[in-house]
Amino acid sequence: MIAIPGLGRIPVGALIGLFFTSLFLFAAVFAPWIAPYPGSQIIGGVWEPRSAAHWLGTDNLGRDLLSRMIYGARITVFIAAAATALAFSLGAILGFAAAVVGGWFDTIMSRFVDLLMSIPTLIFGLVVLSVLPSTIPVLIMVMGLLDSTRVYRLSRAVAADINVMDFVEAAKLRGEGRRWIIFREILPNALSPLVSELGLRFIYAVLFLSALSFLGLGVQPPDSDWGGMVRENKEGIVFGIAAALIPAGAIAALAISVNLVADWILTRTTSLKGGRGG
Amino acid sequence: MAGGAEILKLVAQRIALGILLLFAVSVLIFLGTEILPGDVAQSILGQAATPQALENLRRELGLDQPAVVRYFSWLGGVLTGDLGTALSNRLDIATAIGPRLKNTLFLAFWAAVVSVPLAILLGLLAVRYRNGPIDKMISGTALASTSLPEFFIGYVLIYFFAVKLNWFPSFSTVYEGMPFLDRMRAIALPATVLTLVVLAHMMRMTRAAILNIMQSAYIETAELKGLSQFDIIRRHAFPNAIAPIVNVVMLNLAFLVVGVVVVEVIFVYPGMGQYLVDHVARRDVPVVQAVGLIFAAVYIGLNLVADIVAILANPRLRHPR
Amino acid sequence: MADTLLDIRDLRIEATSYPPDGPPRDVLIVDGVSLKLEKGRVLGLIGESGAGKSTIGLSAMAYGRGGVRLTGGEVFLNGREIRLARPSQLRRLRGREVTYVAQSAAAAFNPAKKLMEQVIEATLEHGLASRSEAEKRAVTLFRKLGLPNPESFGRRYPHQVSGGQLQRAMTAMALCPQPDLVIFDEPTTALDVTTQIDVLAAIKEAIRDTGVGALYITHDLAVVAQVSDEIMVLRQGRMVEHGTTQQIIEAPREDYTRALVSVRGIEHEETAPAEPVLRVANVTARYPGISQDVLSDVSVGIAPGQTLAVVGESGSGKSTLARAITGLLPPTSGEITFAGRRLSPALKDRSRDDLRELQMIYQMADVAMNPRQTVATIIGRPLEFYFGLRGRKRNERVQELLDAIELGTGFADRYPAELSGGQKQRVCIARALAARPKLIICDEVTSALDPLVADGILKLLLELQKRENVAYLFITHDLATVRAIADSIAVMYRGRLVRYGPKSQVLAPPYDDYTDLLLSSVPEMRLGWLEEVIENRRMESAGN
Repeated sequence: MIAIPGLGRIPVGALIGLFFTSLFLFAAVFAPWIAPYPGSQIIGGVWEPRSAAHWLGTDNLGRDLLSRMIYGARITVFIAAAATALAFSLGAILGFAAAVVGGWFDTIMSRFVDLLMSIPTLIFGLVVLSVLPSTIPVLIMVMGLLDSTRVYRLSRAVAADINVMDFVEAAKLRGEGRRWIIFREILPNALSPLVSELGLRFIYAVLFLSALSFLGLGVQPPDSDWGGMVRENKEGIVFGIAAALIPAGAIAALAISVNLVADWILTRTTSLKGGRGG
Repeated sequence: MAGGAEILKLVAQRIALGILLLFAVSVLIFLGTEILPGDVAQSILGQAATPQALENLRRELGLDQPAVVRYFSWLGGVLTGDLGTALSNRLDIATAIGPRLKNTLFLAFWAAVVSVPLAILLGLLAVRYRNGPIDKMISGTALASTSLPEFFIGYVLIYFFAVKLNWFPSFSTVYEGMPFLDRMRAIALPATVLTLVVLAHMMRMTRAAILNIMQSAYIETAELKGLSQFDIIRRHAFPNAIAPIVNVVMLNLAFLVVGVVVVEVIFVYPGMGQYLVDHVARRDVPVVQAVGLIFAAVYIGLNLVADIVAILANPRLRHPR
Repeated sequence: MADTLLDIRDLRIEATSYPPDGPPRDVLIVDGVSLKLEKGRVLGLIGESGAGKSTIGLSAMAYGRGGVRLTGGEVFLNGREIRLARPSQLRRLRGREVTYVAQSAAAAFNPAKKLMEQVIEATLEHGLASRSEAEKRAVTLFRKLGLPNPESFGRRYPHQVSGGQLQRAMTAMALCPQPDLVIFDEPTTALDVTTQIDVLAAIKEAIRDTGVGALYITHDLAVVAQVSDEIMVLRQGRMVEHGTTQQIIEAPREDYTRALVSVRGIEHEETAPAEPVLRVANVTARYPGISQDVLSDVSVGIAPGQTLAVVGESGSGKSTLARAITGLLPPTSGEITFAGRRLSPALKDRSRDDLRELQMIYQMADVAMNPRQTVATIIGRPLEFYFGLRGRKRNERVQELLDAIELGTGFADRYPAELSGGQKQRVCIARALAARPKLIICDEVTSALDPLVADGILKLLLELQKRENVAYLFITHDLATVRAIADSIAVMYRGRLVRYGPKSQVLAPPYDDYTDLLLSSVPEMRLGWLEEVIENRRMESAGN
């Protein structure tokens, strides 16, 4: 544990996680200002090794790898974040509603979600992308919708758990309306498991998007997210050129860092005054 | 068995539900490919096609019929073993899938055979020495591994073991009549990747399932009777652990179904995953529908087995009041 | 001394707690406790929750549950020191010289194995008898403990028998290896009052028959008085007093012991009946989808400022009655009148005043309050919601209510997690009072609290009743509490009203069968009470 003023005691793992997450977020947001070269411009030879001009060397077409990585961060993070936001709002709202309203709404929604979840996400994603164009809005929508099923299940379970607690019944007996019950009684107690799930969903979105792009069905050229960059550079591996390992490694690093941060937030929110153990 | 009839009823119900689910999934897959805004015939024949040619192709493909009719004719075909014809190369899908399915099952089988016992063993170790350094290391590694994309693991392995050390081929080509040992060498790396991916998820779940059992009150009772650790695990923990562990294994084998897709592409392995991805890229709808359905069926089937084992292993159901 | 079965000297027990945002801390659970137990004697360990009684009991087997460690002192069993013994040595004495009866037999049995197998397991493990011998022993024990069909009982699975039977099976399991010492860890706490008596009697007879020594752990002084020769009172890991049962019950020396013994000494004069504020007329109700009525033709009334105690065991329908009155479970027939108005059966049809004047307090105060709201918000919300009070006026009224429940300043900004069990329940009372209700339904509000704390809550409720003239519908399974606070009593059994009327009438003979059974099952803090009850029951069944 290390003590940081303003944030309290942080375990070393979370600190590393925070560092890398901020690094990637920074790169994503400020890409145009910090990338040394434009992302899609060919400025060197194919797969040049590391040099002063190109810190990470060049890629399969001669583009600066570092710049592509930075722009790739932007695309990866943006799409994953948007998809997660969509998945979360959709899943959480419907999940809460199902738990509180119950009745036929709950039954129909839950059966439908069960149905969607009985097809593996990657397979369903592939099926749908075989007929839809792989534009960024489509990707966000498909990923968001598919992922919302898991968020739905979790929010519904959490909300149902809380809904049967006596303090919710006390509020109902008082005559409180549904809005008060959802937002003031249930939601504050559902935050901690939901927040940690947010982190996991984001990681999953990053991995899912990268897998799709790796298979050629995600982000289309000339734009490229990290998964697409792995695809572009994979031919080099056979020749002993490790260029593809860099975006692959970055994905791994991002996923692990967010995991560490999400873990830390989970333990912090459960120890807050009045916090429940999830 | 006193509860025989009751259990049979529950199992039958679950199977019926599974079949119903499969039908619903087939509808979903069919619908999923019907949202195509454009025109299949157009994308096959290209821009230069004459209207007559397009018309002919559409009729040939049955695209002029309403969706419901097309669904049922497709479904009928599937149930009789006819999976249709690929749009891109006019080959019969069922015959194309045959050998590929065998290859995928071969790969998945070996990955399962290694990962399942390993996951259970590691889970047992983690629980035996829980909260100690071994447990933390095992759990930490598992956690990190679930964050690693498969292609990362795959290309790292290829880079070191295939390219630098040349122990294994970097492309896992297999063909009919290949000697067994060569075949094993070819799938060594992809199986390793699959094993690692599935192991990471499975290990945390087996640990949780075993821990749950070991913390039960009846385990304490056995300890307070003076039984040795070994006897406690053998007589009390094990019978109750079968159901949850089988459940975990089934759920994770379902993971395998998905993992195999990316792994086959990484290693250019001629299996179902490679087949699917190729044809998705070519927008070959019949192939996508057929393969998608097969994958979904396997996934549902594994979950079904998990549920049935849970039913069969429940003492309350086997011996009702 | 050859006859000393158990000799514990200066025992120290610690545990490690792992708070999420700090280093792990060591917590002292038991601080220097010593006790001696002779062969064939029964020592009762009594104390409130957290006193360390279970932990000390388990230390007689040198066992620490869940990371608890025996860090100091000595434990001699049959003359041998066992605190520092090796696991292999401990395994030899556990299940053979000393055995354990757990609080929840349902959890302690392996659901996948037949009862006979588990009962004789320890005996076979330690090579004390052959299988057929062990089975014979088990059947004899089953018979002695009053289990039905002793010959075939062992062939059943745990989930196929009732809770009381399981507890007896567990006792049989503990006695089968013919140990020197049995540790009984709250064996009857989880059972219904009427079942408790039978199991208690069975245990006492078994102890006497086999001449085994026993540690009997419980929080109920009346129960321990029936089975033990000696009693040790524990509080927060330390011994408070130790003496013979007679001395502890009749002449306690320490203040704390005295307080425990005199609990439920509250007296409440019955008040004359008047025009009821709540009238329940012929209410019948059932849960949707279930064909059995859960309430059948129940009619009761409560006068303003008075208390109706609704008594019954689990499954009697007393909590369901509360749900019917509050509108959570609309009755299928019958009528409920409140403050002169007819109450709509369903909650959503009721007016705000209807809702306001009828309040409820729950059994588990932790779950009855939103953990993310401060005490001020919890108590203040009804003030806002019903009376539109805000800002300073609201805060003042909140403070008034806090004073009324005997919690001073500084509590308003606390969260529920920072309060003790009694304080939490007081806040719930304040929340109910804030609405200025005419009737408060108290659903087992003291059942989850320690006896001393429960006492305080009851006294508070009585005072508030006098001051605010609020009526109580007091649901409980504890007859002693009923005697203390009720004006009228309703006895319920399986959804029906078995007996109803003013307290003096209901508690006076002649009784109907069920009330008789119920009243006679409440342990009294009197030596020899258990023997009387057993004798009476034996005479009754012989006479029939």
